[in-house]
Amino acid sequence: MSNRARPLSPHLTIYRWPITMILSILHRGTGIVLTLGLLSFSLWLGSIALGEDHYKKFINLSTSWPGSLLLLSLSFAFFLHLSNGIRHLYWDTGRGFNKDNVELSARIVIISTFALTCLFWWWL
Amino acid sequence: MAKFNLPVNSRVKKGKHFEAPKEAENVRRYIVYRYNPDLDENPRMDIFDIDMDNCGPMVLDVLIKIKNEIDPSLTFRRSCREGICGSCAMNINGGNSLACTISASSISGDTKIYPLPHMPVVKDLVADLTHFYQQYASIKPWLQSKKEPPEHKERIQSKEEQEKIDEPAACILCACCSTSCPSYWWNSDRYLGPAALLASYRWLVDSRDDAKDERLDEIEDSFRLYRCHTIMNCTNTCPKGLNPAEAIANTKKMLIERHSQ
Repeated sequence: MSNRARPLSPHLTIYRWPITMILSILHRGTGIVLTLGLLSFSLWLGSIALGEDHYKKFINLSTSWPGSLLLLSLSFAFFLHLSNGIRHLYWDTGRGFNKDNVELSARIVIISTFALTCLFWWWL
Repeated sequence: MAKFNLPVNSRVKKGKHFEAPKEAENVRRYIVYRYNPDLDENPRMDIFDIDMDNCGPMVLDVLIKIKNEIDPSLTFRRSCREGICGSCAMNINGGNSLACTISASSISGDTKIYPLPHMPVVKDLVADLTHFYQQYASIKPWLQSKKEPPEHKERIQSKEEQEKIDEPAACILCACCSTSCPSYWWNSDRYLGPAALLASYRWLVDSRDDAKDERLDEIEDSFRLYRCHTIMNCTNTCPKGLNPAEAIANTKKMLIERHSQ
C-alpha cells in the first residue's frame, strides 16, 4: 500500500448534463446577473436625479450597441429567472415531479423565456 | 464551498490500450477508469477494445469479460446481475446506473465508465460508501412505535397506507441518486442527499410509525434537508425509476404544514 490519500472520482466534467440540471445552474446564474444588473437600474435612477445632461448621457450609453446588448441580456436573464421561478413555486406545492413533467416544464421555461424577451423588445 | 476541479492526486491520466483480437468483426471500445492503491500513481483511463460477438449483452458482461480474459486486476462490485442488489452502480456514459441493467448496444460510440462521481475511490470502479451508509443510518431507518404490537398479530395497514410506502421502500441504496446530485457533491458533509431523504420519507409516511415529529426535527436544517435545490438529477438517474425529488418536496411540505398548525 502506498500512503496516498484515496483519489476523488471525477464529477462535474464527466456527468452528462440533463436539461433540468442546465436550467438549475442557469437559474442561479441569472439570479447573480440580475443582482449585478440592479446596478444599471440604479445608475438610470441616479442619472434622472442628476438632471437632463446626465440622463442624456445614460440614454446615449444604453442605446449604443454594447449598452443594448447588456440590456438585452439582462431582460433575457430576468425572463428566465421569472419563468423558472414560477416553475419552482409550482414544485413547492408538491406537484409536477414526475420525470416527464420536469422535462416538459423545463422546455416550457425555455420557450417562454425566448417568447417573453422577444415580446418585451417588440413592445419597446 | 464547492471545489470544481479535482485534487492533484485525483487527476486522470492516459492509460494502457488493450486491442481486440485481429479476427474480431464487431468491436466496441470501452474506456475505463482505473486506480490501483498499491502503486504511487494517479488514476488513469484504460482503453479496452471488446469483441462483442463473444460477449454478453450488458455493460456488466463487458466488465466481467475484461476481468476474466484481458485484465484480471480490474476491480468492481457486482452480485445479482438483475438490478436488485445495487452493487454495480457506476457512471456509464455520463449517467449513473447499474451496469447489469444497461445494455451495451444501447450506447452509441465509445463507452466511458467511471466510478460513482465525487466519491473517494478504493480501487478502480469501487467507491467508498462508508459516509453514504452512515447518513442512511442517521435517519433511523426502522419502525419507531410507541404502541405494543397486537398480540399474535402483525401491525395491520390498509391497502392505501401500504401504497404510500411501496415506492420509497423499493430503494436498493445503490447510491446512484446521491452521487448524481451537485448539491451532494459540494455539501455531502452536511447534506443528507436524495437516498437518505427518500428513506426518511418512507418512515414519515408509514402509518405505524410514531416518531414523525422527532424525524422531522432531525432533518429540519438548512443543510441536511434544504440543500435540495430541485436540480432533479436524482429522479432522472434512479435505475429503479423512483422519485427522491418528489419525496423531498413532500417532506418540505410536511414541515410547512407542521409550522402552520
